[in-house]
Amino acid sequence: MTLALSELFFWLFSLILIASAVMVIWAKNPVHSVLFLILAFFNAAGLFVLAGAEFLAMLLIIVYVGAVAVLFLFVVMMLDVDFAELKAGFMKNAPLGLLVGVILVAELIGFVSSWVITPGMVSRIASPSPVTGGAVNNTQALGAVLYTKYVYFFEASGIILLIAMIGAIVLTLRHKPGVRRQDIGAQVARTPATAVEMVKVKSGESSVPAAKEKV
Amino acid sequence: MDELLGNYLAVVIFIGVALAIAMVLTIAPFLVAMRNPDPEKVSAYECGFNAFDDARMQFDVRFYLVSILFIIFDLEVAFLFPWAAAFPKMSDYGFWAMIVFLGVLTIGFIYEWKKGALEWD
Repeated sequence: MTLALSELFFWLFSLILIASAVMVIWAKNPVHSVLFLILAFFNAAGLFVLAGAEFLAMLLIIVYVGAVAVLFLFVVMMLDVDFAELKAGFMKNAPLGLLVGVILVAELIGFVSSWVITPGMVSRIASPSPVTGGAVNNTQALGAVLYTKYVYFFEASGIILLIAMIGAIVLTLRHKPGVRRQDIGAQVARTPATAVEMVKVKSGESSVPAAKEKV
Repeated sequence: MDELLGNYLAVVIFIGVALAIAMVLTIAPFLVAMRNPDPEKVSAYECGFNAFDDARMQFDVRFYLVSILFIIFDLEVAFLFPWAAAFPKMSDYGFWAMIVFLGVLTIGFIYEWKKGALEWD
């Protein structure tokens, strides 16, 4: 019963995944493409759950749907998409695009045809966690090896994130000149001596020329 | 394996109910609501004057920086989940590996703070 049900969900997720992936390319409006991409991510997460990789499924939703899709939406919003202009450039760029497409398809065919499935694969798919249904769940199983056995990959990913952070700041950070920001340190460091100037005013004279403005 | 998927039954029911409510609310207006469109009624309303511009304007590039920084810290937190789940049986080595990872990202955090990337203007 359950097996049949999981099979049904496998077909459901796969079909929606492929259909929405096709629609990502097909949709005329780039915003619709991104929304279909989000649908594709959700269905891929469903497939991960069916395969027993719970943590990857949740990661797909948190990172890809929550963050990457938002980033894509921003990029799409930032592009000033002029459809007439896009159509005008289509014929000019078509040969180059076709060439790139053909090269990619050739590479994919070469890659997939040389794909070898490990003989023990069936039993591995059947038990994604080391102990299926035991005390160790999927996330704990990952945690048991990620920080010790694969520590170099883990630290390398930290450095990659650092590079991404610095790269994003270097590329996109543009401060407007002449913006006055709050400087809490300077505010706290003010003392009566620096903030207030006492001026002796003789009677009958204006104090205005003597008062100097302190910033 | 079946036990694992059984845990997700509630999620499936939830998604089903959410889909049903969303479909009903989307379709109901077509059937029930009165539709009498008029060029003035369906045009964009902008506080009394005619709309200046299309609503689809370009976003400021600064939103992009904010979302990239969000993704990076999102990924950092994603690495913390298995670490926290496996913490009771973690060796000291695994503990310090995460501290080094957090240290590397803290360097980036200090950099972006000092650069003023967290400020809008």
